[in-house]
Amino acid sequence: MRCTQCGEREAVVELTQIANEQVVTLNLCERCAAEKGVETVGGLGKTPIGSFLASMGSVEETGVDPDRAELCPHCGASLADFRQSGRLGCADCWHAFERPLRELVRRLHGSSRHVGRRYSAPGLEELRDGPSTEALREQLRLAVDAENFELATELRDRLRERE
Amino acid sequence: MIDFSLLPDGGMAWLDASGPTSHLVLSTRVRLARNVAGRVFSLRNTARERLAILAQVEEAAAQTVLLHRATCFRLDQLDENDRHLLHERHLASKELAGLEGNTAVRTGAAVLLRDRLGVMVNEEDHLRLQGLHSGLNLAACAQEVETLDRELGQRLPFAFHSEFGYLTSCPTNVGTGLRASVLIHLPGLVLTKEISKVLQGLGQVGLTFRGLHGEGSEVVGNFFQLSNQTTLGQSEPELLDHLGKMVRQVVEYEEEARQVLWRDVPAIIEDKVWRAYGLLRHARTLSFEEAMNLLSGVRLGVGLGLIRDVSLYALNKLLIFTQPTHLAVAEGAAVDDPELAVRRATFVRTTLEAEAGRRG
Repeated sequence: MRCTQCGEREAVVELTQIANEQVVTLNLCERCAAEKGVETVGGLGKTPIGSFLASMGSVEETGVDPDRAELCPHCGASLADFRQSGRLGCADCWHAFERPLRELVRRLHGSSRHVGRRYSAPGLEELRDGPSTEALREQLRLAVDAENFELATELRDRLRERE
Repeated sequence: MIDFSLLPDGGMAWLDASGPTSHLVLSTRVRLARNVAGRVFSLRNTARERLAILAQVEEAAAQTVLLHRATCFRLDQLDENDRHLLHERHLASKELAGLEGNTAVRTGAAVLLRDRLGVMVNEEDHLRLQGLHSGLNLAACAQEVETLDRELGQRLPFAFHSEFGYLTSCPTNVGTGLRASVLIHLPGLVLTKEISKVLQGLGQVGLTFRGLHGEGSEVVGNFFQLSNQTTLGQSEPELLDHLGKMVRQVVEYEEEARQVLWRDVPAIIEDKVWRAYGLLRHARTLSFEEAMNLLSGVRLGVGLGLIRDVSLYALNKLLIFTQPTHLAVAEGAAVDDPELAVRRATFVRTTLEAEAGRRG
């Protein structure tokens, strides 16, 4: 996309402004953005994720030589991959790169400790046999509340079978 | 073409202006990011793995109360127009619909929808559970989504870490995986030039704003999507409570701004409102942006009680149906048809005339 200001260079930043009682969005190239006092790629380092991603994979930040960087044992992703895409490869990356990620998460959220709902995944048995009797009862109550009588009947039959 | 008749209200019950504070808040959305344990995230997995995830989610959803008999739209099997339609109705994200830059739609990209609930499958995260309610309705919306989360979580093993919480592809979503947002109309704050201050203030209390279509979208028609920025370190009720409090504060500021405008410059406000209405009733060509800005003026007029023969519901529907793909499909035209601006003006005129006739 071309810069809306000069119409010449490629736009690299989106700027939302209030002008003449209207909210306008400008797509600006680096030079025009700088003229308006907007930080672009160079300024990325000032945001937590930007500076983190920029330094991630470096020896100072991780204590790991990037050339001999460790890979996630499950998906094969490296810290350099994360640095490039900003996305992790799999849940195991969270274990493989726990230390640097804890640091990033602290900068992003102000904390690294989840204090919300706890979760334990269903066990193999539960996945094979379906939810517990208690969970089925809860579901039956929900189905009745939602006036989903067809499902309520199904659930009632399943509960009867178990009992 | 995609069959929206499979969904009650075409998946747009959230537009009906029935919820609390509907004159200012169009809709409330709550979404939870979840991933299936043991499976590689979307960015690195294969088409085969994504199809396996979709099959797993569909099987689990079929056994839930809330998504039992949900309608499944396979975005990877829809043409571009249909994917745009789902995006314009706020039912699928731009990423899921494969409408971002040069990235094609992913194999296995799908959305399961039933009433006000849905699950996007194979988005950035394997599952994005979402609820969409009319008006400012955080508690009810969150409760439905949380119930669905519990139901699905009993049938699918979600990736969870004792310290970091629910694990996500991007660290900005980790922890609760919860992003709650409200779509709010703030013309009073824009006209009084207070909006920058308010948005800045929200940034300082951990909230962020986006445009009509969420991430990466522009602000048009004075609609702002306000949402929590952090997802970790606070519990779900704390995050929701904080957003709710701040939104109610913004609602108060907007009401005050309108009172100030009405007290200090009534003629200017009346002129602005009636000019917008006049243009929409009589214009022969309208771009989407112009239509949005004028509809904002009319919405303000309805809120101030100046315009009485237009319902909020009609205005909400215009917001959706004047978008390029909705309009093009309804008119049997191409999205890049230069005549679309003419057709948009005709559509808006006819809708407003019908409203005036119905209510007048």
